[in-house]
Amino acid sequence: MSEKHEKLIDKKGIRLDGRKADELRPLKLQVGVLSHADGSAYIEHGKNKILAAAFGPREMHPKHLSLPDRMVLRCRYHMAPFSVQERKSPAPSRREVELSKVIKECLEPALFLELYPRTGVDVFVEVLQADGGTRCASITAAALAIADAGVPMRDLVVACAAGKVDDTVVLDLFDAEDKLGAADLPVAYMPNLNAVTLLQMDGNLTCGEFEKALNMAMDGCKKIYEMQKEALKTKYMVVKEEAEE
Amino acid sequence: MSSLITRVRLKQIEQFIEKGKRLDERGLRDTREIKIEQGLIEKAEGSARVLLGKTEVLVGVKVETGEPFPDTPNEGVMTVNAELVPIASPNFEAGPPNEDSIELARVVDRGIRESKAIDNEKLCIEPGKKVFVVFVDVYVLNHDGNLIDASAIAALAALLNTKMPNYEIKDGELKIKQGYTPLPVKGHPITVTMGKINNSLIVDPGLEEEQVMDSRISMAINEEGHICAVQKGGSGYFTPQQILEASKIAQEKAAEIRKKLNW
Amino acid sequence: MDGEKILPVFFEKKQLVTPGELLAEGDYLAGENTYLEQNKIYASRIGLVDTDNKKVNVVALRAFYVPKLGDIIIGSVVEVGFNGWTVDIKSPYTALLRASDVLSRPFKPQNDELSAVLNAGDLIVAKIASYDRAHDPQLTVGEPGLGKITRGQILHVTPTKIPRIIGRKGSMISMIKQETGCQIILGLNGVILVTGKNPEDEELAITAIKKIEEESHTSGLTDRITQLLKESKGKVEENKNE
Repeated sequence: MSEKHEKLIDKKGIRLDGRKADELRPLKLQVGVLSHADGSAYIEHGKNKILAAAFGPREMHPKHLSLPDRMVLRCRYHMAPFSVQERKSPAPSRREVELSKVIKECLEPALFLELYPRTGVDVFVEVLQADGGTRCASITAAALAIADAGVPMRDLVVACAAGKVDDTVVLDLFDAEDKLGAADLPVAYMPNLNAVTLLQMDGNLTCGEFEKALNMAMDGCKKIYEMQKEALKTKYMVVKEEAEE
Repeated sequence: MSSLITRVRLKQIEQFIEKGKRLDERGLRDTREIKIEQGLIEKAEGSARVLLGKTEVLVGVKVETGEPFPDTPNEGVMTVNAELVPIASPNFEAGPPNEDSIELARVVDRGIRESKAIDNEKLCIEPGKKVFVVFVDVYVLNHDGNLIDASAIAALAALLNTKMPNYEIKDGELKIKQGYTPLPVKGHPITVTMGKINNSLIVDPGLEEEQVMDSRISMAINEEGHICAVQKGGSGYFTPQQILEASKIAQEKAAEIRKKLNW
Repeated sequence: MDGEKILPVFFEKKQLVTPGELLAEGDYLAGENTYLEQNKIYASRIGLVDTDNKKVNVVALRAFYVPKLGDIIIGSVVEVGFNGWTVDIKSPYTALLRASDVLSRPFKPQNDELSAVLNAGDLIVAKIASYDRAHDPQLTVGEPGLGKITRGQILHVTPTKIPRIIGRKGSMISMIKQETGCQIILGLNGVILVTGKNPEDEELAITAIKKIEEESHTSGLTDRITQLLKESKGKVEENKNE
């Protein structure tokens, strides 16, 4: 690793954006933001701004993609051309294709696929602004969109990344840390079932660092999970409070 | 994916695994036999053919010159592509890369890139202007399970077999010289993929096992035993304990395989 | 937990729960919108949790309609086919209405013009005649009270709210019908038809129903609806007398 770049974490343990090693970036979650989608959610996580929408269960188009004994989940992760510093072509990149696949595979375990054969649920994630950790924020929002659509779920899926910068294991990397750091480990988790549904890593971690980062990411997940539940309840509680006045 | 395997077979595999065995008499932690042949495609700058059991992958490496990326002016460029050609499996269709071949390529890429197996700075010809561009093309010839590990070994074997032409800058122009230099490979990452069937982890899943397993986890390990890449795939899940167990298994197996291959 | 009937300690009556929240453990049954995993019962949808004897149920605040044999539903014709019509019943599954069900005589595709009987865009009240996992639901209109809808207003509610709109022993819906003088058909798929003597009566019924949908999970709703209906009726009387 070259020493050319500046320190990502200083002697006092403060990172470039002022956070401590185990601090999450500020998060904002809103459920039910799009009127035409069956379910939707919006997330702001640090500078990430992401919209997720869920449609279904509904008949699949094309029909031959449906399965006779279960529901099919389709997922599209897409970044807007203006979401990153250098304009990104609207055409799906290989990274977007891979992320669409892993996001779908991380949401599937939460669904009762056998309940609605011959139907499909389509989840769309649009990254409006990206600053590191978009796949995690996308998953958190997508799970809320699916729940908002009234699709039964085993648990909400929540995601958070941990990583390593300058030999320190840290939580929730932002873009600069992701690019210049030594490792990035996104994790998606269903807290009530203790189930990790997405796990990727690139970088260099010893077994010990890997364990530390995994635990740190899961702790981050648990914190964000509470916010997810709040956001979901808020949409339905507002009316309750108004009515009981 | 369970359309290809009968329910009876599925149950059979599950029952065997419960007892710690597999249908081909392997133990849960055993990999299939690995055979490597290098340099079989003379027109490529490097090539290797790997047999992992009956899974067969051919990797060809082409070396060209080009411009470096703006943020790494002194480093060469590597790009990995994978093709799941129809001859390899009745399930593969001709056409542009689908999500499976893209995932395969990117996972193989990560193993090599993050372990810094290639000494990128030695691929620089003229800083900021000309560097070597290494194209790694993974060609799956027969799919009998665990394309990731087979492709990763084949890719590394092909890179170890790669010779780059010699260039020099003469009078401001890029001129080709006599002779070749081996591609500077300084790391030997090994990727270990484990499948999960019920709650057992099996190393190097075969094709039928892949249809029974609910998810897989692949880990690329470098010579120091450090983890350089991880990819969970499939629609199931792992508990954190299973993930840590997988990391220990991966470390063990990677060291074992590296020794067997003499890398 | 040794055979003793203890109220589960994980929630309060009518608490709002989210998917995955642990509701009960041990000697309980998984009811509506819940599931059982290793002796624990979890919620599978967002809603209000309650127990009915030993059964833990969640009244979902958001769900979609899954056809059930015998259900009365309201749907809209989407397409006229060769031997029947495709009907949108606001469900993941499209429904089919066979021509042979509608025409009381044997059906001849060359002679009978199906679009003259029912065309795309028409609304019908129908009954689910058959449905299983492998086939789309089939409808029938061959019973009294079923058939093409010619007048009235349609509104959509989440299907899980229909029981609340009906009320205990039909008390809520009877009150609305009485106070507004409207005929109201509640499709179990969440589609409701309101037919009144004039648009104002229909609007009043619709407002009342919408209010129930929004506030179904609150207390004192019956009183508020009664008040709404009486107040609006009072205003109408006032206007008439001026």
